[in-house]
Amino acid sequence: MKKQNEKLKVLVVDDAPSILLPLEFMMRKNGYDVFVARNGTEAIESVNKELPQVVILDIMMPDVDGYEVCQYIRSKKEMEGAKVIFLTAKSKDVDIQKGYEVGADLYVTKPFSPRYLLEKIQELTEG
Amino acid sequence: MNYWVVIGVSFCYLALLFGLAWWAERRSAAGRSLVSNPYIYALSMAVYCTAWTYYGSVGRAATSGMEYLAIYIGPTLMAPLWWVVLRKIIRICKVQRITTIADFISSRYGKHVTLGSIVTIICVLGIIPYISIQLKAIASSLTILTGKVSETEVFPDTSFFIAIGLGLFTIVYGTRHLEATERHEGMVTAIAFESVLKLVVFIVAGLFVTYGVFNGFGDIMQQAAQLPDFEELITVNNDGNYSQWFWMVVLSMLAILFLPRQFQVAVVENVNELHLNKAMWLFPLYLFAINIFVLPIALGGNLLFADATIDADLYVLAIPLSEGQSILSLLIYLGGFSAATSMVIVSVIALSVMMSNNLIMPVLVSVPAIKNRYSNKLTLILVNSRRFCILLVLVLAYLYYKYVAEYYSLVEVGLVSFAAVAQFAPAIIGGIFWKEGTRYGALAGTIVGAILWFYTLVVPSMVGVGMLPETILNDGPFGITLLKPFELFGLQGMDYISHAMFWSMFLNVGLYIGVSLLTRQTSQERNQAEVFVDIFKYSTIFESSIVWKGTAYIPDIKSLLVNFLGKRRAETAMKAYHRKYPGPIDETGKADPKLVTYAEKLLAGVIGTSSARIMVSSVVKEEEISIDEVLNILKESQQLISINNELRRKSMELRKATEQLRTANERLKHTDELKDEFLSTVTHELRTPLTSIRALSEILYDNPGMEREDQEHFLHTIVKEAERLTRLITQVLDLERFDSGKQRLHLQPLQIKDVISESVDALKQLVQEKNIDLVVDVQQNLPDVLGDRDRLIQVMVNLISNAIKFCNPEQGRIIVSGYFIDGDVKVNVADNGKGIAPDMQKQIFDKFYQAHNQNLLKPEGSGLGLAISKRIIETHQGRIWVESEPGKGSRFSFVLPAKVAAAAT
Repeated sequence: MKKQNEKLKVLVVDDAPSILLPLEFMMRKNGYDVFVARNGTEAIESVNKELPQVVILDIMMPDVDGYEVCQYIRSKKEMEGAKVIFLTAKSKDVDIQKGYEVGADLYVTKPFSPRYLLEKIQELTEG
Repeated sequence: MNYWVVIGVSFCYLALLFGLAWWAERRSAAGRSLVSNPYIYALSMAVYCTAWTYYGSVGRAATSGMEYLAIYIGPTLMAPLWWVVLRKIIRICKVQRITTIADFISSRYGKHVTLGSIVTIICVLGIIPYISIQLKAIASSLTILTGKVSETEVFPDTSFFIAIGLGLFTIVYGTRHLEATERHEGMVTAIAFESVLKLVVFIVAGLFVTYGVFNGFGDIMQQAAQLPDFEELITVNNDGNYSQWFWMVVLSMLAILFLPRQFQVAVVENVNELHLNKAMWLFPLYLFAINIFVLPIALGGNLLFADATIDADLYVLAIPLSEGQSILSLLIYLGGFSAATSMVIVSVIALSVMMSNNLIMPVLVSVPAIKNRYSNKLTLILVNSRRFCILLVLVLAYLYYKYVAEYYSLVEVGLVSFAAVAQFAPAIIGGIFWKEGTRYGALAGTIVGAILWFYTLVVPSMVGVGMLPETILNDGPFGITLLKPFELFGLQGMDYISHAMFWSMFLNVGLYIGVSLLTRQTSQERNQAEVFVDIFKYSTIFESSIVWKGTAYIPDIKSLLVNFLGKRRAETAMKAYHRKYPGPIDETGKADPKLVTYAEKLLAGVIGTSSARIMVSSVVKEEEISIDEVLNILKESQQLISINNELRRKSMELRKATEQLRTANERLKHTDELKDEFLSTVTHELRTPLTSIRALSEILYDNPGMEREDQEHFLHTIVKEAERLTRLITQVLDLERFDSGKQRLHLQPLQIKDVISESVDALKQLVQEKNIDLVVDVQQNLPDVLGDRDRLIQVMVNLISNAIKFCNPEQGRIIVSGYFIDGDVKVNVADNGKGIAPDMQKQIFDKFYQAHNQNLLKPEGSGLGLAISKRIIETHQGRIWVESEPGKGSRFSFVLPAKVAAAAT
């Protein structure tokens, strides 16, 4: 599907290993360069280091939460054009609204369909 | 001493008193009243101590010994009862505007004119001898001081001028205000001052006699022991005259309540009921103080004047005089003068009000011819009639002194007066405690009692001065021996006072009760009886509980007030009324029953209750009210008050309930918030494994060609997450069962040791995998605990697996111990992990503590384990807590009550 030289960097952030497992597998299988972070601090480090084009973010995490990580990405010049996707158990309208306000491109609630998520990410990166 | 000097000093003293009274009234007008003070009140009550006390007690002690004490023991015994009796009388008089004892009695029995008049006559007859002995005391002290023998044969002798002087003084003093309910603050202040003076001077005289003339108490006693009648004097006479003691005590108990002057100072002049509290102990103290030196002076006098013919009544004055102490003698004379004048002034004021209100006014107001002719001069008539009465009483007292009292001692005459006022006791005491007493009962008892008093006490004294033949005493009137005044109906063996008291009180009480039971009350009487007996119930609602039916017109009522109060005061009174009961003012219309009662009460203060009644009924067309109506009206007002109280209580309860509801609501809201939070935490916790399972399954499904290794990893995770889901659901349900109280424990006696070893066994594999050093140390022969085996294992597993999770990852060490302490079985689970910060040590037992504090590593577990453990232990009546030193490890402990019976075995 993707040309090898255009391999996209994806950062997956979640504090639950059992959720990182399918995400990591799916993205790698579909030709992405996958990085993993277990909390907000790790996520910001990884952003600075790898400058990923796509970030999949949990919201409820120890230390720095997903909203703050998103705001950080949006404030970072080098990250311009990066796609941020919230993948979270927080499903209330206010939470979703806040997610888009801080600059998310997509908001997906858990439990999620990996198939659907992948399609959405492809739409975002191609369009 | 120069006669005119003494007379001059006496009048200077009266002028001083007048100045004091004038000053006190000015202060009171300026709002700085001296009288609203319990000490002044108690001191004014000491008007009880007259010349009788000042001179007579010494005389009595010198001739009859200890007997003089009886009339001070009586009031001392009575003082504690004031709270019951006097307070009630004060309240009744305030509410009903009663100003004299005659008014009091007539008012209680339906504002009955005849009854009031009879009481007044008894008072005048009874008190005149008493006033006369004050005149006698002044005259004889003057005689002994100046050495000038009073010319008994000359008509206007010194004591006549003293009487007239005192009369004029009292007129200026006491009749300046018309309304008798208005207190005489100036008079009370002067009386209190006189009480201080007589006490101080008497004590000075006593000190002089004891330490100046003799060498202390011991010296007097030693010397007096040589006197022939010493033993008789200083012991209570034991030859069977206990009855005399008894009757003297009873007499003085009644006198302290019902003597007109005591009624005046204690009731009419009372400013505040609470002043009674202090007077109840101050007054007996005063009596005690003034009696300390009576016996030394009496014995000293007997020693010094063993041969001389000096009246023992005058020892107080004679001793310093014979020692040449003229200044001291003059001072002592003034003390006696003050004791006498205070009694005379107060008594005469009280008697004059009584006479004008109960003898003169009823005649004036019930004869239409007089009333119509003088209606605009009534106030003047009233004041002048009082002034006339003052002079009349003093002239009568002078005549009595001149022709009777001269021949008797002070105490003998005084006791006659006491016995007279004692005749009011049944009607008054019965009247304020017994609703059934009727006016006929009161009339019968009082009249018969008074007749017996007259026959057994006054008639013999008339015989004594030669006004009646002596045969009456010796053989009885007309030779009827049964009627001998000292041995009435053959009663012998009593002294004359006891004898008189016995017969008069016996018949008085008997007739009062007997006739009351046989006669009926009128509605008016019934109303008053209710109000008097239940005064503390009605006093607050008195004016609004009008027991009155009829038609009256406001102009009539107004002109009535103007006639008696004067135009200015009548208008003030009407304004005060309208302020109290605001409403439309119809100047020419019908009067409200409340206004009629109000006016009657105002008038009662001026002309007495019975005259006021006559006046009001003369301008009012009244209808008879039945007794049932009276009771109903009174009950209704009573109910109104209780309904009001009930309402107030209800509204307070309501306010309290609202408050409780509000807090309950807040608590509910808070609980609701907690519940919401719990729910959202639970769903979040459920979502994580669900999400994982869902995502992993979908990938497995979409990628049939996955590598074997990945497949296995995925399936394993799915199984683990499903287990986690199951555990979570179970725990949430557990927690809910405990929180709602639905959780049942299956209690049985068990050994904690077994619980521990079973739990350790279940986790053995995990411990070995992690290479942890687990030590179990449980005391031997622990007592049983009553517990639910599975639940306790749950707790132990939770604690040990927490310890496994959090202990030092390299060199894990866990110690589980169990032992008996303070009646409990205690279990500890200690690890060597990084510990828990002190502020967290309580929170970790909250639900989802981990979920809220995600800083903590969360290897596994729901965050509900400790919350459930806490509930399990607490349901076992135990306690669970954690102690931890951050960096060194934590120790979780719980205690369970030991089964004591098992512990004994």
